[in-house]
Amino acid sequence: MQTQQWRKAIRIGLLTGVVVLLTCMVGMVETFNARDLIVGVLTLGQVLLFAPALYAGYLATGNDATRKPVSALLRGIVTGLCVALPVIGLIVVATVWPDIRKYFVNISPALLKILTFDQGAVTGSLMLAAVMAGMAALGALLHVIPLRFRRPLIISLAVTFGFSLFSDIPLNIANQFLERTVVRNYFGTKGITPIAAIIVFTLSLVVALYWEFSGREARVHRQATITPAQRSRNRTIVTVISAVVLLLLPWIIGQYISNVVDQVLTFALMALGLNIVVGFAGLLDLGYVAFFAIGAYVTALMTSSGNLGMGQSFWVAVPVAVAASTLAGIILGVPVLRLRGDYLAIVTLGFGEIIRVLVVSDLLKPYIGGAQGITQVERPSIFGYDIISPQAFYYLLLAGVLLALYISSRLRDGRAGRRWMALREDEDVAEAMGIHLVNSKLMAFAIGAALAGLAGAIFASRIASVFPNSFNLLISINVLAIIIVGGLGSLPGVILGAFVLVGLPELLREFEEYRLLMYGVLLIVMMLVRPEGLWPSAVRRRELHAEGEIAEHEGIQPEPVQPLM
Amino acid sequence: MTNILEATDVTKRFGGLVAVNQLSFAIPKGSIVSIIGPNGAGKTTFFNCITGFYQIDEGDIVFDGHSIKGKSPDQITRQGIARTYQNIRLFSNMSAIENILVGMEPRLTSRWFGPLFRLPQTRIEEEKALVEANELLNFVGLRGKGDNLARNLPYGDQRRLEIARALAGGPKLLLLDEPTAGMNPRETAETTEFIRNLRDKVGITVLLIEHDMRVVMGISEDITVLDYGEKIAGGTPAEIQRNTRVIEAYLGRGAAGSAHLQLNQQTETEA
Repeated sequence: MQTQQWRKAIRIGLLTGVVVLLTCMVGMVETFNARDLIVGVLTLGQVLLFAPALYAGYLATGNDATRKPVSALLRGIVTGLCVALPVIGLIVVATVWPDIRKYFVNISPALLKILTFDQGAVTGSLMLAAVMAGMAALGALLHVIPLRFRRPLIISLAVTFGFSLFSDIPLNIANQFLERTVVRNYFGTKGITPIAAIIVFTLSLVVALYWEFSGREARVHRQATITPAQRSRNRTIVTVISAVVLLLLPWIIGQYISNVVDQVLTFALMALGLNIVVGFAGLLDLGYVAFFAIGAYVTALMTSSGNLGMGQSFWVAVPVAVAASTLAGIILGVPVLRLRGDYLAIVTLGFGEIIRVLVVSDLLKPYIGGAQGITQVERPSIFGYDIISPQAFYYLLLAGVLLALYISSRLRDGRAGRRWMALREDEDVAEAMGIHLVNSKLMAFAIGAALAGLAGAIFASRIASVFPNSFNLLISINVLAIIIVGGLGSLPGVILGAFVLVGLPELLREFEEYRLLMYGVLLIVMMLVRPEGLWPSAVRRRELHAEGEIAEHEGIQPEPVQPLM
Repeated sequence: MTNILEATDVTKRFGGLVAVNQLSFAIPKGSIVSIIGPNGAGKTTFFNCITGFYQIDEGDIVFDGHSIKGKSPDQITRQGIARTYQNIRLFSNMSAIENILVGMEPRLTSRWFGPLFRLPQTRIEEEKALVEANELLNFVGLRGKGDNLARNLPYGDQRRLEIARALAGGPKLLLLDEPTAGMNPRETAETTEFIRNLRDKVGITVLLIEHDMRVVMGISEDITVLDYGEKIAGGTPAEIQRNTRVIEAYLGRGAAGSAHLQLNQQTETEA
């Protein structure tokens, strides 16, 4: 038992150490060190370097820490030393053999400076080991704190971290309403000031403690005694409040964040379309960006006041753009939808590339501008009011997303949704039930394409220009990742997924270089921890979890299935 | 009595293998007819030919006065042929009631945009469909189990649900592929009774593939025996039980004289 615990501590420590080593060697630590979280106190790089040790220490010790705090402390220290070991190895190698930089460009003097606290290799390594050991020991000692205090503490630490990491959002909101000099007391150019950090931490700690000690019970009690009339009144209140917040949002968050939200909504609109194709009907479409491109190009051609355009109004162009992408969906769909699974994915992938190649081709250059794209795309105007600012486009996009949500949910709950579900489950049997396979699939494909076309139309007029490189394969992958991370087939999941995969990277510009790396890590972690997505639909949840687990959850007694003879 | 289905000289080949060879076959309207034969005799292949899963190479199949040769499975289903599967193929992640609603597809007429504009006829049709689906659920003895996922139902219930799903489309001819496979004697007896009821009370013609000789002999009016894709015998249960070629096919040549009674036991253990 004893040796097992020590072995576990060493294993977790070394594994974490390798992860830290990796983040150092890909350059993340150095890049993120330039990003302040709490001005003058803590940078993102430091968090990246030391937080894993804290977590490893927490993981490596169990709940027996309360009984044997000394043993837990020692194990924490050993874990921390193990975390430090690979990194110290890196310091040694880089000091002995400076040429390593030729092969691993990110092992720079600046990185070594961070790792050694600018104290030289020997002292620095010792300091690093000491700090790592300290962090891991702290992590181990977290177990000593009773759960009722530990949970609020961890929550408020996380809140403070999130607040400082996404300080752009509160900063922009504060800028709307407060004097610049006041704002400067709480926010740096990046990150927050120590005083703001203390305020946020204290506030969230107070709230979390309140919740832990009486809030939760009060809520359970309220839930138990609520009458249906009260419940429906509460629901109305929530609906009204969220409607008001949605309408006022762009004026609260300001122009910069509105722009980010617009980007998120554009992707959400596309993702809702793809969700019908992949999530509902189970057809893997990897060339989805093509329909987005068609919508954007048709809008640009029809409304541009440049020499390629026809100078029409946006409102004339939108229906044409949507019709064009729908038609493209049908034209592609008719031959392709007889294919199944992987074949469909490959053919749609090819279709996406064909559109991209056509757009940049010399053949079509006289008509659609080739690599120069189309500029001077008209902005929409409504009742004499021009939609130009990100705030104004927010409403247009919001309307689009709400429309897509409405269409998706109505179709899902109707006969069409049932058909899609059946053919996703078993195509042969669905056909034997009298479902026309190609027609049903075609419908999903066409509606998905239409929504992508709508997203493209709004995108073109928001950016006021279209260029071929806005429509590469990565967009298709991105949209697909959104619905997978959010939860295939789940409407709120798609919106959440768009915020996570589009909103976060926009806000964390520092991550730009590491975006794909982050995607990869996120997807792997998702598949391991929550394969059904962040906000799964009920259907997926049942599919992806073991029967017993679900049965238990839904209160069904699992019955033994007799084997076929 | 007229025939609801007539197959003439149906042949189906897979490469060099002839799975169904020159099979002629008729089902009188309102009857219960069985196909039996050793494993691999081509029974399920013949089912797949009737339902359009396989395209037949030669011959013709006429259903209810129309040839269904070359039609796709969904067209054939819409004409009134429904089936169940040897190894249950429910939509396992859908609820029991949803399974039946999918089965109703041939009878639904609402268009896809109905729900978008909340068209009254769509709503009425959906409400009616739900009521009927629940009636069917009760009819097959699954009262109150509509919200269970198909895959969480016990084995016998899954078989019943599959029959309910097949009935939902309002078929004239029901093909059952080993409906009692894996059932205990009590369940088997219930199912047998149920099939008889289907014909007597609902008026559906039934074509059965079955290994359980008690079921086959008990309810069929006519039995066709297949071996190596060919029809080796046909007739009433009594005739089939006495037929030497049938006994040979099941037990091998030479056993025919002595093994009359063993036929029952043998086929049961085989199933």
